[in-house]
Amino acid sequence: MSEYLFLVPLFPLIGFLINGLLLGRLPRSMIAFIACVSVGLSFILSLFLFFGLKAMPPEIRIVEQVLFNWIIAGSFHANIGFMLDPLSAVMIMVVSGVGFLIHIYSIGYMRGDTGYGRYFAYLNLFMFSMLILVLADNFLFMFVGWEGVGLCSYLLIGFWFEKKSASDAGKKAFITNRVGDFGFLLGMFIIFWQVGSLNFTEVMASAPQVFVSGGVLITVTCLLLFFGATGKSAQIPLYVWLPDAMEGPTPVSALIHAATMVTAGVYMIVRTNVLFIMAPDALMVVAIIGVVTAFYAATIGLAQNDIKRVLAYSTISQLGYMFLACGVAAFSAGIFHLMTHAFFKALLFMCAGSVIHAMSGQQDMRYMGGLKKYLPITFLSMLMATFAISGIPGFSGFFSKDEILWKSFSSPFGNYILWAVGFITAGLTAFYMFRLIYLTFYGKERMDEKTKAHIHESPKSMTVPLIILAILSVIGGWVGLPHLFGFTNNFEHWLEPVMRKTNQIIAARRINEAVGETGIEWGLMIATVALVLISIYFAYLIYNKRTELATSLREKFSSVHKLLLNKYYIDEFYGAIVIRPLIYFSLFLWKVIDVAVIDGFINGMASSYDDVSGTLRTMQTGRVRTYATIFLAGVVIIIAYMVFY
Amino acid sequence: MDLTSASINFSIIYPEISLLIAAALILVSVFHKSANRIAPYIALIGIVVSIAMIFKQWGHQESGFFGMITCDSFGVTFKLIFDVTALLSLLIAHRYMISKGINRPEFYALLLISTMGMMVMANTTDLIVIFLGLEIMSVPLYVMAGFAKRSLWSSEAGIKYFIMGAFASSFLLMGIAFIYGASSTTDLRRIVADFHFIMSNSPAYMLTGMALILVGFGFKIGAVPFHSWVPDVYEGAPTPVTAFFSVGPKAAGIAALLRIFIFGFANVMMLSTVFWVLAVLTMSVGNILALKQNNIKRLLAYSSIAHAGYILVALTVGGNDAISAAIFYLVAYIMFNLGAFAVVTLMETRSGCKSDFSELVGLAKVHPYLAAVLTLFMFALAGFPPTAGFFGKFYIFSAAIKSGYIWLAVIGMLNSFLSVYYYLRVVKTSYFDSSDKSFIPVKYSLSIIIVLVITVIGTLGIGLFPQQFLNWSQSALFAFL
Repeated sequence: MSEYLFLVPLFPLIGFLINGLLLGRLPRSMIAFIACVSVGLSFILSLFLFFGLKAMPPEIRIVEQVLFNWIIAGSFHANIGFMLDPLSAVMIMVVSGVGFLIHIYSIGYMRGDTGYGRYFAYLNLFMFSMLILVLADNFLFMFVGWEGVGLCSYLLIGFWFEKKSASDAGKKAFITNRVGDFGFLLGMFIIFWQVGSLNFTEVMASAPQVFVSGGVLITVTCLLLFFGATGKSAQIPLYVWLPDAMEGPTPVSALIHAATMVTAGVYMIVRTNVLFIMAPDALMVVAIIGVVTAFYAATIGLAQNDIKRVLAYSTISQLGYMFLACGVAAFSAGIFHLMTHAFFKALLFMCAGSVIHAMSGQQDMRYMGGLKKYLPITFLSMLMATFAISGIPGFSGFFSKDEILWKSFSSPFGNYILWAVGFITAGLTAFYMFRLIYLTFYGKERMDEKTKAHIHESPKSMTVPLIILAILSVIGGWVGLPHLFGFTNNFEHWLEPVMRKTNQIIAARRINEAVGETGIEWGLMIATVALVLISIYFAYLIYNKRTELATSLREKFSSVHKLLLNKYYIDEFYGAIVIRPLIYFSLFLWKVIDVAVIDGFINGMASSYDDVSGTLRTMQTGRVRTYATIFLAGVVIIIAYMVFY
Repeated sequence: MDLTSASINFSIIYPEISLLIAAALILVSVFHKSANRIAPYIALIGIVVSIAMIFKQWGHQESGFFGMITCDSFGVTFKLIFDVTALLSLLIAHRYMISKGINRPEFYALLLISTMGMMVMANTTDLIVIFLGLEIMSVPLYVMAGFAKRSLWSSEAGIKYFIMGAFASSFLLMGIAFIYGASSTTDLRRIVADFHFIMSNSPAYMLTGMALILVGFGFKIGAVPFHSWVPDVYEGAPTPVTAFFSVGPKAAGIAALLRIFIFGFANVMMLSTVFWVLAVLTMSVGNILALKQNNIKRLLAYSSIAHAGYILVALTVGGNDAISAAIFYLVAYIMFNLGAFAVVTLMETRSGCKSDFSELVGLAKVHPYLAAVLTLFMFALAGFPPTAGFFGKFYIFSAAIKSGYIWLAVIGMLNSFLSVYYYLRVVKTSYFDSSDKSFIPVKYSLSIIIVLVITVIGTLGIGLFPQQFLNWSQSALFAFL
């Protein structure tokens, strides 16, 4: 089985090479065919690999394929190698599966665009990088994928680079991510320095001996890795790029900025769970950052008017949940939510895309309304996704979110404060999602006549992926039904081999199994569901039944509303605190250090080289006798040195 | 190893014989009226057969002709290098020769004979046979340099190269004579076996001999201060010939230097100092002179001097790491340098073009692929990852640092840094400069496209999978001596 692993990323690479090198000279149907089939093949192969892995006994469910030694320099060596274990098996299925659907969806969505070939080439390149990221068997190779997805994200956010806001957003994403990458790199250096290897299996095996559990070094390492994750996964303090990333085409937002790339940070932490479990302080930081981000982004989502921005903040918020899960050492719950989130968030974005498509590019919800009857399929799909993200019992998001909330309460690394913030966020989530639904699909039709005449349901290539994802959003959570309902949690069980060491440590820390636990668990769950239902009711009240309430509330709490609408002025804050001083400092470096000192030195060097070059050139007379003389001088000096020295 | 292998053992020179037969056929065919057309194909077949023969020799360690010719991994590796060089040069040359009206069959025969001479040079342990090989290689080169006989430049290049070459050969021969005087043999294996005895008996003869031999090969690889001929000859000779000059004779010279000074007279302290100084001078002078060039051919000429300097760094360091790094670098250099020359040749097939920088303006707009390929080669020459050029330099400098030659490595890196300027100038000119003259489009030919594909794959392939390739170069380390 291992010999086929490399094919998973290879197919999209081939697609990228064909579409990328031919620069869109193929007919459009051919471009789309190549792009979709390459990803589809990866998906089919991923399924086979998954079932192959499942057929093996749980203890040995790890398959590695080393293609070759990539770099060997002294004691350092890195392989081009792939590793399939239960964790990466889940990831490749999610990535290639959701990716495949979004490729199909893009056929319709990008139909009129001039950059059709370029778009699909980038998209394939992204799939290649992302699959490398999740399949790599060592940190360095993973970093290649990590940077690759960053690059593709940059290229695709700025896909319509003629628009200044788009190219700016691309740059913002790239630069912010570089800040995080710096942390990731430093963490990697410490690991190599201490362990002497970057191979996951080797690092995880020897980490407990090399690092002191709870020591400074491991804590710093984990914090640095986490800092890298906050960049890629848009957490405080590096989340600022994700809302702007909505400048890219909507399928890109669905694929990269909702379902796959932004979850890379979560994946990385789960992949290195052995390290994190040894650093409880770092875990605490992860949990706090996660839950604060979840809450904070949700509040911003309450007041946004752009349909994609609401979803962007919602993504940040949901990613916060995943980090909360990681922070309380409920790694499999984090991955579970990652998976269900991939389904429903990709779906939400694709539905939003379908709406925007129908509205001739309009993204502001204040000019929508009443779309339910025009876009029945989009509406139903979006409703399913909204039920899922809000945590309506039975839908996928309910199971994963409930698991995270319960773990944040019950885990030895969790506590009731984390739970309480997560709990309130669940209410906010339901509220802003239903606000979106009511503003978009219900109420008065607020668009102008010209737009209205154009409203139409999207073509099949777009609606079919919506339907498939809608089904997944409903049933996707059933793979991880909780113990509480009398099931064994299959998903947790599946990931167990990856978490073995972690589970041992957690079991050791859990001093006494609380007696009334099931009672508490039921209680918390019912409380959450109640809160969600109340929030939905309020959303219904404010944005559908008595719309004048919205206006009066906005006026009553105008300062709060303004604060939220302007995203807590965090961009302005960063501008003042980080960017402006940085610009001044750069100006200083440029005007003083660079122009005067360095350029002076370099120009001095250059002109002296110029002189030397000129002098040497005079020796290049073109006359053979000069050449022979120089030659002879050389001979004499060498012989003199060798014989008489 | 039996020093006096009484057998002749023809099988070890099959690759040479293939080339020779092809050359002879071409020379005979001269009298046929379609010779112009078939000569390149005969040459092509000769080279391909020769390569096939080389693969049959792979891994064999034999000797023949009473010990005068050897066949070891080292030599066979170099045979392959020479054949690939000849093959690529042939493909580069074909269209150019036609467009300049100098497509005569003799050219291809000369190319093959010269290549054969290189093979002889690299596959013997006898100093006289090395000299013989050197002359077989050089005499055709003199003619090739002056092949465009109606061009004053080309004729001048041929004459200059001939005079300087004869001059250098005389030093080499003199050096061999000194060594023979001291040891009464020309067989390196015997000399090395009795090295200490000979050195203590007649050190002055030995050392003078070594110095002169070094000078002789230093000339061929264009080491400073024996480099003065390089720019003039490179600029004057027909461009495909220059391409061949910039890699073939260099590789042969390196092979001879490696065998004589690294496998042979290792551990002579003074030699490593001389190599050190030569390396530093060669790198620095090559790079500094390249800075102010406005002609790409001349620029590549100086750059080839600088690259010889980097390889001399590896020779200074010695030891297995450095030697395999040198072979690695050589092959990488062949790929991207011949690639760069292929682009230059292609540009020159337009009428009235002389490879001045100004002719590059607008390349990126008219031929985006060609500009991208040229950029790749320039990046490789400058040593940017992920190209072959980066790992070539990386392995050489890391070998130097490992053996304690820190300063040499530092000077090498500074030089490499300096070189970025003029390589990127080529890129800048072809992408960003503008002029009122419009760019004359080039016409691709199949042979040039093949060369570009091979060299691009080589440049990127070696850069992406350096370890595989290093393993291959390490397998070439086995040599008699």
